[in-house]
Amino acid sequence: MKEILQMKKVGLTYHSRKGETTAIEDFDLTVYEGEFLGVVGPSGAGKTTLLSLLDGILTPTSGDITLDGQTLKTANVGYMLQRDQLFNWRTVKKNVLLGLELKGKVTAKDEEYADLLLNKYGLSDFADRFPNELSGGMRQRVALIRTLVLEPRIILLDEPFSALDFQTRLSVGEDVRRIIKEEKLTAVLVTHDISEAIALCDRVAVLTSRPAKVKSIHDTKLSGGTSLEKREDENFSSAFAEVWKELTYEN
Amino acid sequence: MKISGSPEHVKFLRRERRTDAAVRIIQIGILVAFLFLWEILARTETIDSFITSSPSKMLATFKTISTSVWKHIGVTLYEAVLSFALATVGGTLIAIALWFSGLARRISEPYLVVLNSLPKIALGPIIIIWVGAGTGAIVVMALLISLIITVINTLQGFVSVDPDKILLMKTFRANKLQVLLKLVLPANVPNMINCLKINVGLTWVGTIMGEYLVSKAGLGYLIVYGGQVFNLSLVMCSTFILCVLSGGMYAIVAIIERIVNKKYGFCS
Ligand SMILES: Nc1ncnc2c1ncn2[C@@H]1O[C@H](COP(=O)(O)OP(=O)(O)OP(=O)(O)O)[C@@H](O)[C@H]1O
Ligand SMILES: [Mg+2]
Repeated sequence: MKEILQMKKVGLTYHSRKGETTAIEDFDLTVYEGEFLGVVGPSGAGKTTLLSLLDGILTPTSGDITLDGQTLKTANVGYMLQRDQLFNWRTVKKNVLLGLELKGKVTAKDEEYADLLLNKYGLSDFADRFPNELSGGMRQRVALIRTLVLEPRIILLDEPFSALDFQTRLSVGEDVRRIIKEEKLTAVLVTHDISEAIALCDRVAVLTSRPAKVKSIHDTKLSGGTSLEKREDENFSSAFAEVWKELTYEN
Repeated sequence: MKISGSPEHVKFLRRERRTDAAVRIIQIGILVAFLFLWEILARTETIDSFITSSPSKMLATFKTISTSVWKHIGVTLYEAVLSFALATVGGTLIAIALWFSGLARRISEPYLVVLNSLPKIALGPIIIIWVGAGTGAIVVMALLISLIITVINTLQGFVSVDPDKILLMKTFRANKLQVLLKLVLPANVPNMINCLKINVGLTWVGTIMGEYLVSKAGLGYLIVYGGQVFNLSLVMCSTFILCVLSGGMYAIVAIIERIVNKKYGFCS
């Protein structure tokens, strides 16, 4: 499989008046094209920092990150934040076009693509509505489409389902997985929820507590296409136990 | 709005409508009753209409000054609208400038705090000497009263925009100007309209205060003049006109609010 993203000996230290915090240290990670990589780690480990580095909003204090062999400066990365962050003064369609607007002109082709995605994922009836008329799950899908219209090389998701109730979480998680697979995207998903990571992702990376390093990577190898089928796989609980042990026992 | 739905719902809507109508009727009724009582008490000489005036006297006064009063209304309205516009536009521009530079924001903070708590009327003599005893001084007075509070309120709204939304803009590689235009300003529309509402009141305070200090025309001038010659009917009549004008200006802001809310979907 082709490598798409590489982190080599990456470190990041925050400076604030209270002192300095090394959030990430000696971080090595490779992401392959088309895979859905999960990242789990103790809270405060540096997971959000990791994604901010991959997005390029933060520059590493040390080490290198490359996307398709090039530096991140101008890279096309999609980042989906913890809450949908839809602007309630924009219609759904206008929200979806936000990223494009900020890049310059929105062409007719861009709009067509936005319409196509809205239509494909069951939101075309809501294109001219405001976000406050949408359910939590729909809002999350709009947020994903807002990222997708930019046609990113890789998409980063920072606990995108944590604000949803459990049932919505399951179905939106599956929606997002399906969309990402259908659009043949590479994705990195940070989550607190081990079972979510196993059910949605192809590989799961476990991080140490702060400063974060990759402790181990688990290939889930569960059968079934959808996350529901994976959850029903007989090896699901053993995969869960494996990741859970890694996460809880500090060496 | 059309009434439709289940019979219970129709009943409910009818009841709501009746309440609305009752509220309006009582509101008007109170005003009418007040004027009526005032007139009766004055005519029966229960109150001294030399001091309290009366609705009919006010009306008579209005008739006698009806040719010149428009000039006074015009002068005051001009001063009020001009200082309102200057305070709103100027205050917003200063707030934008301070939002752009965090350093300038920190440096200016104590100055804003002191200027805000200073009773602006104390600057009256200085303004008159610097600007001259004319319309300019009145506008400057009104402007000073509403400008600082506009800057403070608007800036407060600007800096309390959800940091996660700013992060989102950063993930889209937005520059600071784009963050301002696409996020900070639209997110602050309700806040800025509230600011407009406050400014309506403050501008009128400033204008009339300015006219008390220096003026040769205007409603504030009429009020002071009326007080000096003990023509209470003139004072009351001018005050009443002032009520109508400031109420009208507030109503215009309320209409703007409704239009903007509709456009931006801010309605509840
Ligand atoms: N802007 C910042 N300035 C200073 N320290 C920061 C900053 N952002 C994060 N940190 C610190 O860096 C460490 C890692 O933070 P980060 O948000 O990446 O962790 P996380 O794994 O995403 O946590 P959570 O599980 O709570 O989401 C934390 O100790 C945090 O306090
Ligand atoms: Mg986090």
